[in-house]
Amino acid sequence: MIIVGGGLSGLAAAYTLAQEGLEVLVLERGDYSGAKNVTGGRLYVNPVRELFPDLWKKAPFERFIAHEQVVMMAKERSVTIDYSGSELAVEPYQSYSILRAKFDRWLAKQAERKGAMLVTKNRVDDVIMENGRVIGVWAGGEELRSDVVIACDGVLSFTAEKAGLRKPGRANDYAVGYKEIIELPLEVIEARFNLEGNEGAARLFMGEVTQGMFGGGFLYTNKESISLGVVVGIHDLMQGEVAAPELIDLFKQRPEIRRLIKDGNTAEYSGHAIPEGGLKAMGKLFGDGILVAGDAAGMAMNIGITVRGMEYALASGYIAAQAYLKARERQDYSAASLSVYQKLLDESFIMKDFNSFKDAPQVLENPRFFNYYPEMVGDMMKEIYEVPNGPKKKIFPTVKSRLKFGELMAMAGDLRKVMKI
Amino acid sequence: MSEVLGLKEKLGRNVFKHSEHRHINIKEGREKDPQLKKAVLVCPAGLYSVNDNGEVELTIDGCLECGTCRLACGPELLEWNYPDGGAGVQFRFG
Ligand SMILES: Cc1cc2nc3c(=O)[nH]c(=O)nc-3n(C[C@H](O)[C@H](O)[C@H](O)COP(=O)(O)OP(=O)(O)OC[C@H]3O[C@@H](n4cnc5c(N)ncnc54)[C@H](O)[C@@H]3O)c2cc1C
Ligand code: SF4
Repeated sequence: MIIVGGGLSGLAAAYTLAQEGLEVLVLERGDYSGAKNVTGGRLYVNPVRELFPDLWKKAPFERFIAHEQVVMMAKERSVTIDYSGSELAVEPYQSYSILRAKFDRWLAKQAERKGAMLVTKNRVDDVIMENGRVIGVWAGGEELRSDVVIACDGVLSFTAEKAGLRKPGRANDYAVGYKEIIELPLEVIEARFNLEGNEGAARLFMGEVTQGMFGGGFLYTNKESISLGVVVGIHDLMQGEVAAPELIDLFKQRPEIRRLIKDGNTAEYSGHAIPEGGLKAMGKLFGDGILVAGDAAGMAMNIGITVRGMEYALASGYIAAQAYLKARERQDYSAASLSVYQKLLDESFIMKDFNSFKDAPQVLENPRFFNYYPEMVGDMMKEIYEVPNGPKKKIFPTVKSRLKFGELMAMAGDLRKVMKI
Repeated sequence: MSEVLGLKEKLGRNVFKHSEHRHINIKEGREKDPQLKKAVLVCPAGLYSVNDNGEVELTIDGCLECGTCRLACGPELLEWNYPDGGAGVQFRFG
């Protein structure tokens, strides 16, 4: 059994299969698992908690997220919604900030402990096909054979592409996310974000941060650093006037951000493409002798401003392993036999989510969400809070003047579309 | 300092391991393709630029291997591969 890619999906599959006593070989091109991987980073544990019951206690999480903020960023002001429910601070915590170089390396160790074999610094160069079926891969000048290959090689998945299960990806269906790791002393982070102990904060920014383009900004507190970055649709970026590197620098200079990262040390700058075309952009998930999981299969989603992909990667790796076990009972690795993967995915939260949110990519393409609304909310707040020299205008007419009939209709239209999500 | 650093300085914070080969190359004859110019906008490492002759050039050092240029320009314009195993960027945080 060969797994291409030692990221979350690959390691989840390896861990699950090794636990069943099977021989598993994971081929990873990085120096170690996580060396090539980037996330925002927040992992929601609930959807995958029971798939790997023994994992979570000792997992190298950064902080559990107890403070949520959404910031609507207009050009000159911003309006923030803060959610710090006590339920967020009750165990088991629902989400944690993580750093992939640390997390993936740890997960790789857990898979190895179960008996999986991980070969790092090893790039898979090609798939070996015979009569239309995948029978192995080429890696490091060697031919490696396997009854089934699981492609877990991430967003571009050359493995699935070479096996004919997908076409090269197109800008419309992808975003690029890039970020800085900004180191700050633990006490400074706790003071600036009002955190107690191992609590963490997550902040999502929409509006001016992407200059109206599809996407948003994010900030997560780690133990002794901050992950600060931008996610933006590649297609939108291609139209724009502003180049990607400039966008994050402008974001850093915003007063809302500047003071949070003051005196911090940028320790790393990373970036990664993200699939977000939803159900419509998913490639084929299986073929003769091959299964595809995680980002390689297009299993990441951007609902508004928050990206989710890690739980899908972990769960689809687990499900691919289950599908392989079923095919193994039959000793039949044909596409027909491996189609049980599709069935298991359909029954899982993964395909249920992708079906529930299948309209999200189209609905969210609406630039009003990333431009118009953040500005409008900011303007209203300004007018409500402003006390001029002289009499203040009544509040209701001020609000009403913004919401003329045409505007209300347009908003109702947007709302109707949002209700599809 | 976390102030605006400039890309060179920012990329200098990363760990890169030397690669024998350039893993991304612009296909011959396509250097002036308008679609290729989009790479200048999308590359988070700012590695694409347009020279005085209107040709797009790529400096491969500093590549984050994010895949964005391949998605923006496609295999028609770019010969795109990951670096050899164990070469290229090695994230310490990710
Ligand atoms: C900026 C950003 C923010 C994000 N924020 C979040 C978030 O907050 N929450 C969330 O859930 N998701 C988030 N995501 C998405 C999430 O990170 C991905 O969905 C997830 O990493 C996918 O995991 P994977 O295992 O499928 O792929 P990857 O993590 O990409 O793993 C693929 C592995 O395959 C290896 N590989 C590739 N090709 C080869 C080859 N030819 N030979 C050998 N090895 C190979 C790679 O080195 C890598 O280790 C974010 C993504 C980005 C970029
Ligand atoms: S892979 Fe990413 S960092 Fe490298 S050249 Fe392409 S866009 Fe730039």
